[in-house]
Amino acid sequence: MTNLFLLQLLNGMQFGILLFLIAAGLTLVFGIMDFVNLAHGVIYMVGAYLAVTFSQMTGSYGLGLLLTLPATLVIGLVLELLVFRKLYDRPHLDQVLATFGLVMIITEGVEIIWGAAPLSVQMPDLLSGSVPLIGPLRYPVFRLVVIAAGLATAVALWLIITRTRIGMRLRAGATNRAMVSALGVDIKKLFTIIFAFGAMLAGFAGAMVAPILTVDPGMGESVLILAFVVIVIGGIGSVKGAFAGALLVGLVDTLGRSFGPIILRSFLDPSAAGQAGRVLAPMLVYILMAVILAARPAGLFGART
Amino acid sequence: MRLIPTRAWAATLLFAAFAALPLIAAALDDAYLVVIATRILAYAIAALALDLILGYGGMVSFGHAAYLGIGAYSVAILSRAGITDLSLHILGAIAGAAIFAVITGAISLRTKGIYFIMITLAFAQMAYFFFVSLSAYGGDDGVTLSTRSTLFGQPVLEDDTALYYTAFAILLGLYLTAVAVTRSRFGRVLTGARENPVRMQAIGFSPFRYQLTAFVISGCMTSIAGVMLANQASFVSPAYMDWHRSGELVVMVVFGGIGNLLGAVAGATIALLLEEWLAVLTEHWPLLFGLILVLVVLYSRDGLTGFFRRRL
Amino acid sequence: MSLLDVRNLRKSYGALKVTDDLNLSVDEGELHAIIGPNGAGKSTLIAQLSGQAGSDGGSVRFDGTDMMGMPMHKRVRAGMSRSFQITSILPGFTALENVAVAAQAGQGSSFRFLAPVADEAALNDAALAALARVGIDDRAFVKAGSLSHGEKRQLELAIALATRPRLLLLDEPLAGTSGAEADRLVEVMRSLKSELTLVLIEHDMDAVFSLADRISVLVYGRIIATGSPDQIRSDPKVRAAYLGEETEDA
Repeated sequence: MTNLFLLQLLNGMQFGILLFLIAAGLTLVFGIMDFVNLAHGVIYMVGAYLAVTFSQMTGSYGLGLLLTLPATLVIGLVLELLVFRKLYDRPHLDQVLATFGLVMIITEGVEIIWGAAPLSVQMPDLLSGSVPLIGPLRYPVFRLVVIAAGLATAVALWLIITRTRIGMRLRAGATNRAMVSALGVDIKKLFTIIFAFGAMLAGFAGAMVAPILTVDPGMGESVLILAFVVIVIGGIGSVKGAFAGALLVGLVDTLGRSFGPIILRSFLDPSAAGQAGRVLAPMLVYILMAVILAARPAGLFGART
Repeated sequence: MRLIPTRAWAATLLFAAFAALPLIAAALDDAYLVVIATRILAYAIAALALDLILGYGGMVSFGHAAYLGIGAYSVAILSRAGITDLSLHILGAIAGAAIFAVITGAISLRTKGIYFIMITLAFAQMAYFFFVSLSAYGGDDGVTLSTRSTLFGQPVLEDDTALYYTAFAILLGLYLTAVAVTRSRFGRVLTGARENPVRMQAIGFSPFRYQLTAFVISGCMTSIAGVMLANQASFVSPAYMDWHRSGELVVMVVFGGIGNLLGAVAGATIALLLEEWLAVLTEHWPLLFGLILVLVVLYSRDGLTGFFRRRL
Repeated sequence: MSLLDVRNLRKSYGALKVTDDLNLSVDEGELHAIIGPNGAGKSTLIAQLSGQAGSDGGSVRFDGTDMMGMPMHKRVRAGMSRSFQITSILPGFTALENVAVAAQAGQGSSFRFLAPVADEAALNDAALAALARVGIDDRAFVKAGSLSHGEKRQLELAIALATRPRLLLLDEPLAGTSGAEADRLVEVMRSLKSELTLVLIEHDMDAVFSLADRISVLVYGRIIATGSPDQIRSDPKVRAAYLGEETEDA
């Protein structure tokens, strides 16, 4: 039981880290530009597909991952220049519609290029083993690497945001948008950078999970909505909030699915507990969001509503 | 805000065209036309409902497909319990939708703007997962309905044309009701709260109560669309609540011009016909549909709304 | 007994005390003007009294009832309305609809869904009367967003009147109006004095001294003097605080 708990704890962390990579860029875009981007999830999906293709071309997952980063960065740049840039001053409704249109285009485009059937990528031999945790319990090395890489990214982001000039501007802008222009920052350039960088983080997340998840055109969608939940919980514009929210969502979702039925069994008879658990577990993170919102409409670390 | 005569004429024409459609389909000997048109009517009900809060209340709900699903599942669940009458299916849908809308609306309306969009989307996804996990109703795969709802105990809706006219009557009734609501005391407060919530507070209104009421009305109306869709397809699955479906509902409202109830009906018609037509051209029709959407939003200075307003 | 009784009202933004232990008493039926240099906290005070902004401490009693913590819309229903310094109207509504919806708040339930509100004579008559009172009844069917700036100021006052307040808080009603429009608004305020209690914040000193029964002077979040126009004119503290001050509020 303790072992299972530890295992699921790690799985939950790994899922949370993944959500953080996606939510980090998104929350900055939302906070600083007051912009709704529904197309962020498809970039994650494209990142996974690119990792598959680049890995096959180079014969190495590591190289494939490295090539995916600049590729998704460029995709982010192009989308920003062609589409998003024209939408900043528009009502949210227009932003929602245009990015929804992009989701349709990109998802369908991916199906045309790669087909609708799920793909996978070979995990590098070096990382395909597992390491002992406690007792007989072992954990896949690759998943540990995902956690480590995600944490390293979080630390790097934290350093950028707290220690650099651009980071200070980001923080100022995320809590008070008028402030950015008051500081005389070249907003257009800043926006472009944030967008491209956010896209790269999402692409990174996609590439990271390509070896452990099936790569299919729908993979970005559920993750996108969970990233929204993360951002709402953490507070729009707060990278710290995104980190806390992502871990919370990752852990609650993973642990809820495995331990929900077990906990329910202490009040209900086993078959009812199993059924209730199956129904409740996937809803848990949304209930969590509702509870947090009811208490704090601006989210855990949010300044604005 | 009175209906200007041209609007009344446009409404009369549009509804007359809908009324005559089965006759045209019979003349062309094209039964599929009635099937598509029934779907259009059902989506028009949903678009109408969404326009009530989006256009008049300024609430961009990106989770209205949840109510389609609630309506559809109320048909499946009640039918299995032996309750087959359409009126009871609609009542059940309204009750379910009202409960869901009161709870999620009360939480969502504590927030504004981007938050509201994301939260309505997230709650719809919660409903989606709820029905996915209902293994008794097929989970992900959904269930096929062996019969359609009965009308006053009679299985008349098994006939496609009868189902069509039932949907038509419901749409017409809800359209007239919605028009009345927007012109009522309630509608005036709702519109005022969209225009300037602080001003409304300063004359003694708490916008929240009115917005929540509108949100619930809209959800209930949308659930009726779900009842009709389930009957049309004789099939119910969580796919009704896919977030793409919520997006399509918003697209329909905007295609017709927001804050213009007749436009929502027209928008649903345009969007579904466009889909049908593109699907004939290519199996990758969503690519073209998305492209049209992006281009229209980008290259119309005031967005889609302005684009269509200038042309209507 | 005073209609509005404010005791030790406080509000700070960070280290800045915008309202600093403020005491104010407004008698039933008087026009009580509040003047003060830029940044004295006049608009913040109105926001606190109306419930738009929260307070850090103190008490606000209206007709003996504690108003602290009561949201703005309830204070309005209790009889305390306000106008805004920066015009706040419903731009997509006609002038008549702007005022009619204010009248609607005080007349029966607004949870009526089917009857057309445009046909409610009681609301339209009340709205037209309020518009006539401020002198823009000929503009009743114009969209409020297309009115001139001065007309919008007049509409702002008509909306506040249509809520039928016992106490009306006016936040610079003359701001940005031309001579003739300002004269008209001053006359409206003069005529209102016999009907309701007014708290007036205004920079136009001629208007203030000709209208006010009493004047309070607000400097750095505190009332430094209260008295008749003559007393205020000759008060040395006021002269010191106002030396050279005669500018528009920020």
